[in-house]
Amino acid sequence: MKVIIDEDKCVGAGQCVLSAAEVFDQRDEDGIVVLLDATPPDARRAPVEEAAARCPALAIEVLP
Amino acid sequence: MTTTQPTTGHEPATGHEPTTGPGPLAGTQPAARPMPMERACPFNAPEEFRTLREEEPVTPVTFPDGAKGWLVSRYADVRAVLTDPRFGANRRLLRTGDPAQDGAPLPPPPPGMFIMMDPPEHTRFRRLLTGQFTVRRMQKLAPAVERIVAEHLDAMAAAEGPVDLLRVFALPIPSLVICELLGVPYADREQFQQNAGRLLRIDASQEEALQAHTAMNQHIHQLAVAKRAHPTDDILSGLVQSEQLTDEEVAGVGALLLLAGHETTANMIALGTMCLLRNPGQLAALRADPALMDGAIEELLRYLTIVQYGLRRVALEDVELGGHRIEAGATVVASLTSGNRDATHFSGDPDALDVSRPYSPHLAFGHGVHQCIGQQLARVEMKAALSALIERFPTLRLAVPADQVPMRDDMLIYGVHKLPVTW
Repeated sequence: MKVIIDEDKCVGAGQCVLSAAEVFDQRDEDGIVVLLDATPPDARRAPVEEAAARCPALAIEVLP
Repeated sequence: MTTTQPTTGHEPATGHEPTTGPGPLAGTQPAARPMPMERACPFNAPEEFRTLREEEPVTPVTFPDGAKGWLVSRYADVRAVLTDPRFGANRRLLRTGDPAQDGAPLPPPPPGMFIMMDPPEHTRFRRLLTGQFTVRRMQKLAPAVERIVAEHLDAMAAAEGPVDLLRVFALPIPSLVICELLGVPYADREQFQQNAGRLLRIDASQEEALQAHTAMNQHIHQLAVAKRAHPTDDILSGLVQSEQLTDEEVAGVGALLLLAGHETTANMIALGTMCLLRNPGQLAALRADPALMDGAIEELLRYLTIVQYGLRRVALEDVELGGHRIEAGATVVASLTSGNRDATHFSGDPDALDVSRPYSPHLAFGHGVHQCIGQQLARVEMKAALSALIERFPTLRLAVPADQVPMRDDMLIYGVHKLPVTW
């Protein structure tokens, strides 16, 4: 699984952190997404896909 | 109160066509109906949404002031509209107190009112604030919020019921917190809350709303000027010191956050409590297993959808949606309420409260670039307030029959006008 984030699209809602805190964090200065793990293990697929689904800015892409 | 167009299946709509605004797609447009707003009971969504989702997912509606627009009712379509840059956020708010201004040019958003702006103007404001409302920063507030909650519960326990839970608990907690965060003296809150009340009434006239808005802005403006001279450690000071905003913009942002920061959460706490009291099996499950609370809060957000009359957007160009041509300038209402009850997205019975429902992204905080900036704060506050309340008062109950609880059908944000409880 590969995760791609788009910082320009991100609006700092933090929803991704709620779904998958081991994969997503927020920058302190402006709350924009930080990708902690671009290739999370397959066991994390469900929370990562949930994070992508709930992102209000469509800033997360999950590739198989 | 409303006008209806003649139902035509086979001939172009004539006669009742508006002279400005969207023209119907000849021969294929269903008659405009009044926007669904009535509930059969306080926790039901307006029943019409069900049929609309199935049969007319994008449908012409009239608003209470006679203005015309389009209603979007399916979950997927609501999300699509709110992420589509062809729909802009500068629009007229729902008002029943004024005649329609269909076709009249929209005024620009007031300074700092970024909820009514589009990228890139919107982005400029939002990015100055998002660092203040991260998951981490709001979770760090949790102990302080829990202390405020405990103090208010102590005061309740020392008094005797019945009390108005809104006044003694649901409203003060988020008010205290947002005032503290922003740097607004808590002593100013009554003046502020009066103005907020006027602003959020859907039957307020444009003039009344403007007066209330101006009063709030002036209040925050004074604070901003004082903080320029003597900076304090809070969001308003931070905005002033950033040197990125005019004082008017700081005032506009401050007023918006102050308004959004307590009316909403206060209503979720009060209405959420009433909802749990009316669903005793759900409340019992929550008391038995506090680990359910995070999920229960998402479910309450979904089920209650307090932003009850949808999010409005204006088509910036002609857009094809659901087989209709939405003309540039037309108002589209994305119904969060309807989307949050859409059975094609939510499993089980979406019209039932189920605190154990597996999480699925809901629309209660909106969607798109405007999604609620304070949502992580709201979650922390709701969790602290509801957890402690239900644990501390195991015999909490309504002090009046449920049908005597006055509901906020007359406000942009749903909830209760008061919640008499006892224990």
